[in-house]
Amino acid sequence: MADPVANTGSTATTPDGGVDNLIQVENLEVRFYTQVGVVRALNGVDFNIPRGQVLGVVGESGSGKSITGLSIMQLVPRPGRVEGGRILYKDKPDSKTINILDLGRQSDEMRAIRGDDIGMIFQEPMTSLNPVFKVGAQIQEAILLHQTPNKQEAWDRAVDILDKVGMPNARRVANSYPHELSGGMRQRAMIAMALSCSPNLLIADEPTTALDVTTEAQILSLMRDLQSEIGTSIMFITHNMGVVAQMCDEVAVMYLGRIVERATVDDIFYDPKHPYTISLLRSIPRLGQKRGQRLEVIKGGVPDPYSTVTGCPFHPRCPSFMPGLCDTVLPIEAFIEGKTNHTVRCHLYPGCTPDSDQAVTGVSGTIPTTSKAQ
Amino acid sequence: MVNFIARRLIAMVITLLFISIIAFFLIELPPGSALDAELLRLRSRGGNLSLSQVRELEERFGVHDPWQEKYFKWVGGLFRGDFGYSFRYSREVGPLIAGRLGFSLLLAGTSLLFAWLVSIPLGVYSATHRNTIPDYIITTIQFVGVAVPEFLLALVLMVFAARFLGADVGGLFSRQYEAAPWSWGKVWDLMKHLWLPVIVVSAGSTAWLTRVMRANLLDVLNAQYVQTARAKGLKENAVVWKHAVRNALHPLIMTLGGVLPALIGGEVIASIVLNLPTAGPLFIEALRNQDMYLAITFLMFTSVLLVIGNLLADLLLAWVDPRVRLE
Amino acid sequence: MASTAGVAQDLRQAAKDKKKDVGQMSQWQLMARRFMQNKLSVLGLLILLGLYVLAAFSGFLAPYQFNELDSNNVFTSPTGISFAGGRPSVCGQSQVLNEELLEYEYVEDCSKRYPIQFFVRGFEYKLLGLFPTNWHLFGVSQAGAPVDEATGKPQEIKLFLFGADNQGRDMLAQILQGARVSLTVGLIGVGIATILGSVLGTASGYFGGFIDNVMQRTIELISSIPQIPLWAALAAALPREMSVVRRYILITVVLSLVAWTGLARQVRGKVMGYRSLDYANATRAAGGSHTRIILTHMLPNAVSHIVVVAALAIPGAILAETALSFLGLGMLRPAVSWGVLLRDAQSVQVVMDYPWLMIPAVLVIITLTCYQFLGDGLRDAVDPYS
Repeated sequence: MADPVANTGSTATTPDGGVDNLIQVENLEVRFYTQVGVVRALNGVDFNIPRGQVLGVVGESGSGKSITGLSIMQLVPRPGRVEGGRILYKDKPDSKTINILDLGRQSDEMRAIRGDDIGMIFQEPMTSLNPVFKVGAQIQEAILLHQTPNKQEAWDRAVDILDKVGMPNARRVANSYPHELSGGMRQRAMIAMALSCSPNLLIADEPTTALDVTTEAQILSLMRDLQSEIGTSIMFITHNMGVVAQMCDEVAVMYLGRIVERATVDDIFYDPKHPYTISLLRSIPRLGQKRGQRLEVIKGGVPDPYSTVTGCPFHPRCPSFMPGLCDTVLPIEAFIEGKTNHTVRCHLYPGCTPDSDQAVTGVSGTIPTTSKAQ
Repeated sequence: MVNFIARRLIAMVITLLFISIIAFFLIELPPGSALDAELLRLRSRGGNLSLSQVRELEERFGVHDPWQEKYFKWVGGLFRGDFGYSFRYSREVGPLIAGRLGFSLLLAGTSLLFAWLVSIPLGVYSATHRNTIPDYIITTIQFVGVAVPEFLLALVLMVFAARFLGADVGGLFSRQYEAAPWSWGKVWDLMKHLWLPVIVVSAGSTAWLTRVMRANLLDVLNAQYVQTARAKGLKENAVVWKHAVRNALHPLIMTLGGVLPALIGGEVIASIVLNLPTAGPLFIEALRNQDMYLAITFLMFTSVLLVIGNLLADLLLAWVDPRVRLE
Repeated sequence: MASTAGVAQDLRQAAKDKKKDVGQMSQWQLMARRFMQNKLSVLGLLILLGLYVLAAFSGFLAPYQFNELDSNNVFTSPTGISFAGGRPSVCGQSQVLNEELLEYEYVEDCSKRYPIQFFVRGFEYKLLGLFPTNWHLFGVSQAGAPVDEATGKPQEIKLFLFGADNQGRDMLAQILQGARVSLTVGLIGVGIATILGSVLGTASGYFGGFIDNVMQRTIELISSIPQIPLWAALAAALPREMSVVRRYILITVVLSLVAWTGLARQVRGKVMGYRSLDYANATRAAGGSHTRIILTHMLPNAVSHIVVVAALAIPGAILAETALSFLGLGMLRPAVSWGVLLRDAQSVQVVMDYPWLMIPAVLVIITLTCYQFLGDGLRDAVDPYS
């Protein structure tokens, strides 16, 4: 790599001792205006991605994980619109903070961020590369856009990065078309493309879901290696708790357009708080489980996206449902007692139930942004 | 690639051979021939043709031969550049039709170019500005454009051009250039006359291609790789034109083979209304008078064009889409 | 807040209702429902139905016979109707001797008005081709018509809603009569093509191998000749002297001979897709005969697609008939179709002087546009992915 970002390995800190967040998302709201009705895809999402770390975003389909990722890129597809909130981005620890949402979707500044500062990998390796261009040319395109105007140099770099992502015979791969590559190889090519400009952040939207297990393991270890080598932060979107355990430093659990629990990966697995997180973890099959023992499933399904659930959105499926409270009052996000990096949004925990006359319907009021500098 | 083209060329020749047999049989089918009409004309002039003279004429043109025999005679003639004889015009078909075929080709080719040059940008605009007022307007025009018969459009445009633009409509040349040798003045004169037939002939195809383009591009714009291109930081224009349009062209090229014959059909009709010196009106006239060698020459010519169009479409497709090259 | 919650409640209810409905509907009901949601297609369908009804009742609606010549009314422009006195009426004509040419000329004379009457008796015809009758929707009262000095008979006061052509024939009557041909030729032609295409396409797709090969080469061959010239050549091969009915039938055959190839290709593709599906294999494994597999598994699945492809082919066939007749190769007088009528409007001069001769063209455009809307709506209703 021409310009690797310095990496400290663990949580980066600012010179004054605070946590250095690369991305800080505050109260993000996204709606889709469809003919049938309005879909509230994100209802006030807060989280941050510390520099150099891997944040896992977990949740069922329809929970808003992918939309969160696309919002950061300002690529939410129509008829979706970002309706509120801020996405603060800090290029370098000592540089100025900018709100990505203030930039025009098609502005030069925004396009300079896409691909250069923030790269993205998508779920379907089969369809995420353009079938009519050579793999090398597609990577070269990004490099030409952000790094160098010299075509030959860009091509050489594209070959280099293909080599780096473990492509055997990178030169030949660069000269081949996507349909000539296997799914795993295409996903490597996608990673190469996303990393070609050494971005500060890599948004990986279920990058291994469509791959078989062996390939998945290879891709994950590749990402892990590259992450520690280049120092890129990763926002890893997945529904697979096993992958989270392998990849992530921190985890945010999403349900119906809200983050219901945030913690370090250890806390999520060994000390989960939110009933939804607990249910998710129980639904993973485990080695050593007795034969014939049924897997636990979360009862019910994700509600119709056009409707709004009053109170806590999880209450219709919650095993710890408290009538009169959970179905009327929306819990707010609060820290677990005694911890500075574990928040939850559930009436079971003190601090989560707002004062009686606060927001009751599905739209959350202002939630204290849980910056860790609190 | 060379192998591919060679195979296609051989297939083309075989196809044309079959077409010629079918076409020949078809045109031979109705009883009577243009010679009868010609004889009738001679008799009506008071010329007293003796039976033996008639026999001789019939013998010379092989009127009573079985059609297979005529066919082989005709095919044999083709190799000597002899396309047969037109009874109606009392001339060799070759020189009679050559100039006109050139104009037919010019008209069909220009129309094809026009249809593509207009329909692709319109389709792209329509798809990228979906559900806006311009999109609705373009879509409505498409529906009507496909439905308007060429001759009607020709008439309406002629009236319009004659009344409001004061343009000289009908024909391909002004009177002073008609018989003149080629010069820049004549080319310019041709251009001034060509635009109207081109619009008439290409209108239906343009409308239809715009529709195809819009639908395809809408599909492609939903594809993941378009999002990938955006995520690279490309300008939206580059995303659309470089990444999306090239993939959306695929079905458009496949229809090239179908557009060409539609244009030729349109050319036939438009030429009659607009009184153009192309081969179309001659063909219809020949069919009506059973002037068979003239009719079949035109039919073969259009088939050759179509087959070549299909070959070009395949080559273009292989050029645009690497996935096709494998086969 | 309360109202938002109310709206949300409504929405949820609506979503629930919809789901319940949809769950109980058959596939056909679902398609019909989706079709009804497409307003343009429904509009197209309604207009088309209206046109077919008009064509079916052409005798009743036309005040005069479509082939009735009238040398007094050559190129008469559409008659003006006035509502003076509360009743619709038309002006008469008075005969003036042109002393230079020594000919009688007819000029409009509004000094005397002739009221339009409804449900009057006129020429004999068969209603819907079955019941002989002479009732007509409207006619002009002839009371008090002046005597024609040339013939000594009373002058006939006529109402030409759409004007008259070069032989004084009523355009309205001709257009209605022409609709019977123009609206059905394409439909029947595509009908025959659909049957041909479905049978051959199914055989080709289901059995594959040699049959498929022969069929595919044949289709390729036919589609290697441009459509309009091929149609023209086929139509020209028909003998010129034959009855109207025979010509009509043969023209539909000509139309279908070219149109079936596209349909056969589509059906073949579909059937090939179904052939490899598990339920077809299961039937085969259970000992089901070819006929059984084709009739119970392939055709019912393909039917909706066949309907769509056929509907999309109709405009082309209608246009083809119009074009052929226009070129003098399709229907010929005494038969009347819209294309035949438009043959009179071939030159700019005619169109500028007698614009009402273009009325059939307007109807052609309306019909084709409506068929396109209909076909599009059907396709969207059948194809869940668009």
